[in-house]
This record gives sequence, structure tokens and C-alpha cells, in this order.
Amino acid sequence: MVNRIEIRIAGHGGQGVVLAGQILGKAAVYDGKNALQTQSYGSEARGSSAKSEVIISDHRINFPAVRKCDILIAMNQEALDKNLVALKEKAILIVDSTNVHEIPQTKVRVFKVPATEVAQKTFGKSLYANMVILGALAKITQIVSTKALERVIRESVPPETMEANLKAYKKGLQLSNGSVLQGPN
Amino acid sequence: MHEDEEKTYFWSGNEACAEAAIIAGCRFFAGYPISPANEIAELMAKKLPKANGIFMQMEDELASIGAVMGASWCGVKAMTATSGPGFSLMQETIGWGFMTETPCVIVDVQRLGPGTGQATKCGQGDVMQARWGTHSDYMAIVLSPNSVQETFELTIRAFNLSEKYRTPVILLTDETIAHVRERITVPKKERIEIIDRKKPTPKDRRFFGLEDIAPMPAVGEGFNVAVTASTHNEYGIRFTADPLIHRRLVENINNKIRKNASEIEDVERYNVEDCQVGVVSYGCTSRGVYEAIKEVEKRGVKIGHIRLKTLWPFPEKAVRDLAKNSEKIIVPEMNLGQIFYEVKRVACNVDVVPVNKIGGGELITPEEIFAKILEGGSQDN
Repeated sequence: MVNRIEIRIAGHGGQGVVLAGQILGKAAVYDGKNALQTQSYGSEARGSSAKSEVIISDHRINFPAVRKCDILIAMNQEALDKNLVALKEKAILIVDSTNVHEIPQTKVRVFKVPATEVAQKTFGKSLYANMVILGALAKITQIVSTKALERVIRESVPPETMEANLKAYKKGLQLSNGSVLQGPN
Repeated sequence: MHEDEEKTYFWSGNEACAEAAIIAGCRFFAGYPISPANEIAELMAKKLPKANGIFMQMEDELASIGAVMGASWCGVKAMTATSGPGFSLMQETIGWGFMTETPCVIVDVQRLGPGTGQATKCGQGDVMQARWGTHSDYMAIVLSPNSVQETFELTIRAFNLSEKYRTPVILLTDETIAHVRERITVPKKERIEIIDRKKPTPKDRRFFGLEDIAPMPAVGEGFNVAVTASTHNEYGIRFTADPLIHRRLVENINNKIRKNASEIEDVERYNVEDCQVGVVSYGCTSRGVYEAIKEVEKRGVKIGHIRLKTLWPFPEKAVRDLAKNSEKIIVPEMNLGQIFYEVKRVACNVDVVPVNKIGGGELITPEEIFAKILEGGSQDN
């Protein structure tokens, strides 16, 4: 039974953190759980800070906001610096290590995923970093099934980019098997 | 959507509102863009044409509500969606709707004001405006959902009540409930009750201000009736100085809501009969209350909770029941005190304590509600 797991995905506009949150929440619902997702961003379309929050539970979800994160995904350095204080003691921190270079001393478990680098190398653009991260998240935490995630990605992205998105997601799944992951910092 | 089976989705409140409107039979939407209501218009623009309906983006909110009233008199279920500033602009024509007894649904997704305030941030400051926004004597029906699932249900109820009582109905949501995505189950079509307005028989000539709700003809059906928000008799003839005709019309327009208040009022009751402290909440703020109650109960304090799904007519009896047993009643709201005064009026022998918070869309947290519940006399329990 899952009792209220609070997840925050933080980055800047254009990194796809909102879509990643929506996909994650919907996948949890397809797994038969309750899920709730919110988002906030600055008024600029790209470049300003953006965050998406997802709460997953087997029970009814009452308060509709994340106060302390069980899981934080930081897509850049600013996102990490801002949200580090919001981590629970036994939290999981996943950073896009292409953009995050300094990880302060912390007791939480840290996983470094070079999502942007993988996206750039594979597709020539950083656009798919959010899918790489989703793959890594699924592998590391198993809070949603890969079956549900894949189904939601298929439903959520435009047909012309579906193959690329799925490929990026699978890269993320594989990455987390490799040596790029790191235990307690 | 397959209408013959129950289905689960992950929708935002605004998505649930638009989907429910179409299921309720809405076939006309007119609106003007405004945060945080835009997704409703966006979805209606996409979906209505496929459902043989019409979507119109108008030049402003005055035109939008005018088009909605016009559509309703063409025999179509009609809706608009807006937020505080747009809701303000619509008030004159909403009054026209009350006086002409025009069924329609107005969605106000609350943000922070006054003025343009904080356009993308959550607030609950339109509670009194929804009741008293237009001038003079009328009774508004105002519904307040606290989840995506309930936004779906209350949107359908808003249409049903507006058709049944031939009156504008306001669905008062807020930015949080409008934008949050949640699990929602859409029931099978045959399990959703849909109410349509009473239509006249060819011999009917009395279409206004009847004690029982009058049948409503549509333009083009040949009844040749004038529709005017000036005082009129039951045939639609203007009488702009006759005291008795005005009195009878306006009293009947009010009475059709007042006399049916117990049917319209809807609340979620929790432990009302056996409590030391009461809470009255509505909309997004109630979500923190549930959490606070769980924590307070661990301390052995008995809590009663009335969660208002109907804000207006104000569910007086339910709040009075809560006041019978409570030493004090907490009223958390994301404004500087609105429903608080209603609770105070009804629960006059009890200490009524407001919890208010505005700015940045910050929700009232369970901890803040928890602290207020335990504050003072009840702490020793």
C-alpha cells in the first residue's frame, strides 16, 4: 500500500517538467492508484522557473499540495538549490547531472542522471530530457509501472514525436541500470 | 468517450467542468479569455462543434453573457466561464437573467482580487459577489465543488437546477480545483440525471413569474412573447409603475428558490451530532480541513464538519445543527471573511473563529487549521 508519496519535478520552462508530472500522475491512475498533479510557472513561456507536483496514494488524497518531498527531481542547479530544504529525511533526489554540478552535503539518496546529455546525443536536442528522467524515475522508485507509463506517453505526445519520446523514456530506464547512479552522497 | 460504460480519467477541474457541461446538454458557450478559466473555453471550442453545438469567442464579457442569455431563449442550454474581473463585467446581464428567468450556467473560477489582482493565483473572494453581484432583490443558486470529481457532478447539477427553476446558476470554483488534475470516474450515461426546462403547450400564454415555475417558450416557436427585464406580468407585458405586479413578480422569482431551498441546499456532514468543535468549509480550503481533522482526532478532540457544496441559498439548518453541540466553530476561507459572517449570523450563540489567508495562491494548510481548532478552551481536552 502506498500512503501519500509527494513528488516535485522542478526545472525551467521548456524542460517539460509539467508534461512529465501529468504523465506520471496519469500513469499512477492507470495503475489503479489515486493521483493528484499541480503545476506552476512564471509568465514567460520559456526560461522562467517551472515546477510540477504529483501526489500518489492508495488512499484519498486530501490536501492538494506538496509540503515535503519524498522524491525531488531537479532538472537544473537553481531547481535543486531552491528545493533542497523541502526534502524529507529519507527522500530520493534525482538530478539531471548535465545541468546540476554542485550537490550540497545531504543525507538523502542521490541519483545522477545525465538526461539532457543523453537527449542531446541521441536526438541532437535536449527536448526529450523529461522522458529520460521519467524512465530513470520509474526504474529507481517503481512508484508507477512501466506498462502504465508507456501507455500514457503514447497518449500524451504528438504522433510525429511519439517514437522519439518512447526511445528517450527507454534510454532512461536503461540508464538507471548503469554506473551513472550514485548512492548516498 | 463511450457513454455506455463507467470510465476513469485524470482530468483537471476545468476539463471536468467542460466535459460535464456537454453531458448535461450544454450546446452553446460564449466567453472571453481569462485566467484561470481558459481551459474550459478551450475544451468547449474543441468539443462543442462535434456535439452539434456552437462555441463563440466574444469581444468581451458583456457580449459573452448576452450571447448566453440569447442562446437560452433560443431553447439551448448555454454556459459561460470566467473569473473575478469578467464576472464583475457580467453582473448587469446576470440580473437581466434573474428577472427574465433565463436558465444558464455561469462558471466563476476564483482568483485573487480586487481588480486584476493576481491573475493566476487562487482565492475565494467572490462568495458574496456570487450572491449579491447584481442589483436589487433576487436569490442566486451558487454551487462550490472541492475536487475534480465534484466539479463534474456539480456542473451537471448546475444545469439541472437552472433548468428546473428557470434561473441563472453560478458554479463557483477556484484556481486550485480548476487546475489540479485528479482521478475522476464518469458514470454510465443512464446513471446521470439530466433535467430539461418545462416547455409550453400550444395553449399556454403565461410564461413569467408564476409561483410554480412557468414553462419557457423559445424564439421561433410562434408564441410571440416579449422578453423584458422591466417589470412584466405573466404574459410578458411591461408594467413599469404598477406596485402589485412588481411585488408579485419579484416575490415569486425569489420564492421559487426560497421555498425549495431544502432541495437545493447540499452539504457534506461529518460528526455533526457529537462534536466539541465545529468547522464550516467549502471549495479548495476544505481539503486541508480533512487532514487537520485527522490530526486533531488523534488528540481526542471531537470535531464536526459541515462542508458546503451549496453556498447559496446558505444551508442554515446544517450550520445550526453544528452549532447545537459545538463550543466554537472555525471558518477557514481564502479571503478576509465572507461565509464567516453567514455562520456568525446563524450560529449566534457560539464563538465563531475565522481563519483567513490571501496572497500568492497559498492554501490554508492543515497545520494552520489544526492550530486554530486546538487554540483556547478546547486545548485541555
